Amino acid sequence: MGREKLLLIGNGMAGVRTIEEILERDAAKYEITIIGEERYTNYNRIMLSNVLQKKMTVDEIITNPMQWYNDNGIKLVHHDPAVKLDTDRKQVTTASGACIEYDKCIIATGSRSFILPVEGAQLEGVLGFRTIDDTVQMIEQAKHYKRAAVIGGGLLGLEAAKGLLDQGMDVTVVHLEKWLMETQLNEPAGNLLKQDLEKQGIKFLMEKRTTRLRGTTRVEAVEFSDGSVLEADLVIMSVGIRPVTGLAKEAGLKVERGIVVDDFMAASARDVYAVGECAQHNNTIYGLVAPLYEQGKVLADVLTDRPTEGYKGSTVSTSLKVSGCDLFSAGIIHERDAIKGIEAFNGLTNSYKKLFIQNNQIVGIVLYGDTSEENRYYKMLRDKLDISALNPVTLLASAAGEASSSVADWDDADTVCGCNGVTKGTIVNAIHTQQLTSVAEVTRCTKAGNSCGKCKSTIGELLTHVLGDKVTKAPTGICGCTDLSRDEIVLQIHEQGLKTSKEVFQALNFRNAEGCSKCRPAINFYLNVTFPQEHQDEKESRFVNERMHGNIQKDGRFSVIPRMRGGQTTPQQLLKIAQVAEKYNVPLVKVTGSQRIGLYGVKKEDLPQIWEELDMTSASAYAKAVRSVKTCVGASFCRFGTQDSMGLGIKLEERYEYIDTPHKFKMGVSACPRSCVESGVKDFGVIGVENGFQIYIGGNGGTEVKEAQLLTTVATEQEVIDLCGAMLQYYRKTGNYAERTAPWIERLGFEHVKSVLLDPEQSKALLAELDEAVAGKRNDPWTEVRNNENREQELYTVGRV
Amino acid sequence: MTQVKQKVFVANFEELRPRIGREIMVDGSKIAVFRLLDDRVKAIGGVCPHKQGPLAEGIVSGEYVYCPLHEYKVSLLDGKVQEPDDGCVATYETAIEDGKVYVLV
Ligand SMILES: Cc1cc2nc3c(=O)[nH]c(=O)nc-3n(C[C@H](O)[C@H](O)[C@H](O)COP(=O)(O)OP(=O)(O)OC[C@H]3O[C@@H](n4cnc5c(N)ncnc54)[C@H](O)[C@@H]3O)c2cc1C
Ligand code: FES
Repeated sequence: MGREKLLLIGNGMAGVRTIEEILERDAAKYEITIIGEERYTNYNRIMLSNVLQKKMTVDEIITNPMQWYNDNGIKLVHHDPAVKLDTDRKQVTTASGACIEYDKCIIATGSRSFILPVEGAQLEGVLGFRTIDDTVQMIEQAKHYKRAAVIGGGLLGLEAAKGLLDQGMDVTVVHLEKWLMETQLNEPAGNLLKQDLEKQGIKFLMEKRTTRLRGTTRVEAVEFSDGSVLEADLVIMSVGIRPVTGLAKEAGLKVERGIVVDDFMAASARDVYAVGECAQHNNTIYGLVAPLYEQGKVLADVLTDRPTEGYKGSTVSTSLKVSGCDLFSAGIIHERDAIKGIEAFNGLTNSYKKLFIQNNQIVGIVLYGDTSEENRYYKMLRDKLDISALNPVTLLASAAGEASSSVADWDDADTVCGCNGVTKGTIVNAIHTQQLTSVAEVTRCTKAGNSCGKCKSTIGELLTHVLGDKVTKAPTGICGCTDLSRDEIVLQIHEQGLKTSKEVFQALNFRNAEGCSKCRPAINFYLNVTFPQEHQDEKESRFVNERMHGNIQKDGRFSVIPRMRGGQTTPQQLLKIAQVAEKYNVPLVKVTGSQRIGLYGVKKEDLPQIWEELDMTSASAYAKAVRSVKTCVGASFCRFGTQDSMGLGIKLEERYEYIDTPHKFKMGVSACPRSCVESGVKDFGVIGVENGFQIYIGGNGGTEVKEAQLLTTVATEQEVIDLCGAMLQYYRKTGNYAERTAPWIERLGFEHVKSVLLDPEQSKALLAELDEAVAGKRNDPWTEVRNNENREQELYTVGRV
Repeated sequence: MTQVKQKVFVANFEELRPRIGREIMVDGSKIAVFRLLDDRVKAIGGVCPHKQGPLAEGIVSGEYVYCPLHEYKVSLLDGKVQEPDDGCVATYETAIEDGKVYVLV
């Protein structure tokens, strides 16, 4: 006898997850066929928001590539929707006419965007936000049209609005209610959210009922019931979703708002089941993945003949995937009858919380601004904790500082990943038994983190916690003192607010209490970047070159390389250099690789005096920092030059000199594609072209030659300068200490770095962050020594007896 | 046979910064003097046995200094180069009197 035939209609998140659960339980039981309407294999629909917000690419959100279907012997009827279900003959027909028989059938057809039934709804430029195709169209149209209207200010609408803003559009959200996300938030929280989104640049029209979309072929404007009009050439409908139930209805299944199922996910016909957003259980239809995955587990148990208590419904919680707007909502969030609320607002941090209480139990939670305590409250809600012993003040008081907020102190039964219902215990166990060392590995083995992704930081923390105690050495440690990776260390610096390297070594249990020559400069750098204002740079953790502001040579003497911005010098400077070289018997004077003049073989104790006599500033030729900018002569003298390369080079150097970076950061500006200064092997290379500047990044001419990649072409010098600053800050924030830009870009992915830098908002934010971080710090170190600030000259003393 | 040791002035204690070395030349040979984080003062031969790196310029961690040229780790207590490298440098007694630091050579 052949295997039983299992047929899944709907190649989406809930259906495919159910299949995965079945395979885990009994991979051999069924011959599986999946009918999918979309032209993609299963993907993480949630991440469409991130695709639109330029944080991910379409490729990155595909969760089950074709290979997965092949490997598991699953037949995929691809891009061919089911059009007829015959429950008597147990067969399904697809649009192309294929007829597939089943022994068991799962319907998981999900939902579609609800398009308001108003005049003009079928015009070009009116879209829903549900599929990859929708998203790709939105991105495409954002390139050609300027004004977007998003109808509906719920979760989906706001994520769409933010995404379109990130795509460069002018975005207005139109909302019917008085405040945003009214099903998840109460009025104060909704208003805070609106303020924050307004700050990011989104506009709002509240309490507007859309009556008509105007336009001939393409939409031109939105009309409202009060007679007002909003001009728009792209309209996103996000007023809600509707379960896809047509097929089931026609087959005679019991369908109300959704396909009605019992606790075992069985629909009203024999051997037909439904899961996901199309299913209605106990009068409820869910629109978030966590309950759908729970349904999938139950159905997998049923279909593999395991004992199960059945599905009992779920409490859901919501957050929003828009950075800068942290919110959390769960349970019943409106006061009524016996449900009373207690609330707190912190005007300094603009954060708000309200708890809804009934019979001494928390039944609803709204947090805005600071969501660090969502777990604490959610646990109380889920476990129906009796809170009569807590007065409102202690209840609302922040648990911060108390150990309970750290994942290390959570119970094993506490949920880390809400979407997938994965507990701390499960993750810790997987880390131990399967020797996992990264978040990605944990996600692969436990599914935690594979949906909305918000739990990833907690998983990271948990990893640090578990691996930090481990005696055997994980391969990720930044040096022999620790098994922690750079990311884990930086995460902890942030999370625990570690402000000195001493604290870092202590809190993270470094094997050497004072670190070693590898981690000391690295930690000092990470602290400088993380807490630019609070962290006092630690001179004793700087490598000698940066401590003494000269390159140490193999005989212990130093080099002196004065700054000549853009490689430009003057006769006066040359005279001074000559005089100094003669007076101090400098053994070697040489033109350097980056268009400077170097004096080599200078004794340490002579350095301050030489700097004094040169009266020039340091070119930072010894530092992990922004180096000097190489330029060609450019348009002012060269007959090929199209741009003022020297001028731009000098501006770049002036703007960013003396900024520390993970490794040296070299720049070059050429005035034409002949690229005389080899812009193609610079960390940041500029090539002037007829109508602007090409920008290349990530080129290294050092030990490992690496060609730079074209980032973009811009029209003005100012754009070049701003992009450079954004890149510097992104490199500073995400680079491993001593990692050049080429491996950095390889590690992060060029497309990713590009998407960050070319996103106007992120780019602007990075530049602002850089300026704030380095304010007051970009001083010439030689001048500081000459002025003997902080008794610096003592460092150059050599006693002689 | 007793050898009389010479007491050589290095610096005022206050001038020495924790974990930043100070070099002195005594009769043409280099000595590296360090003030540790716990304010003990240690002195060793100032030249790394590997490739003559200036040990006074190294990063100091606990009771060790890392040579700035190739990161040999040298003990400030007994002058021994740590595994996996080997070699050693001289060590010198130090003294602090009236806030002045001396080495005995
Ligand atoms: C932009 C966005 C952001 C979201 N963010 C979150 C979030 O942060 N957290 C969260 O929990 N949830 C979020 N969701 C919701 C989540 O994606 C859905 O709850 C989940 O995808 C539902 O799974 P499903 O399998 O029921 O439906 P789907 O994933 O929609 O899958 C149904 C599939 O069935 C196909 N289909 C329909 N009819 C047929 C037919 N006749 N024949 C063949 N195939 C058919 C559809 O084309 C679709 O591919 C988000 C959704 C979107 C769109
Ligand atoms: S909480 Fe959404 S993926 Fe873990």
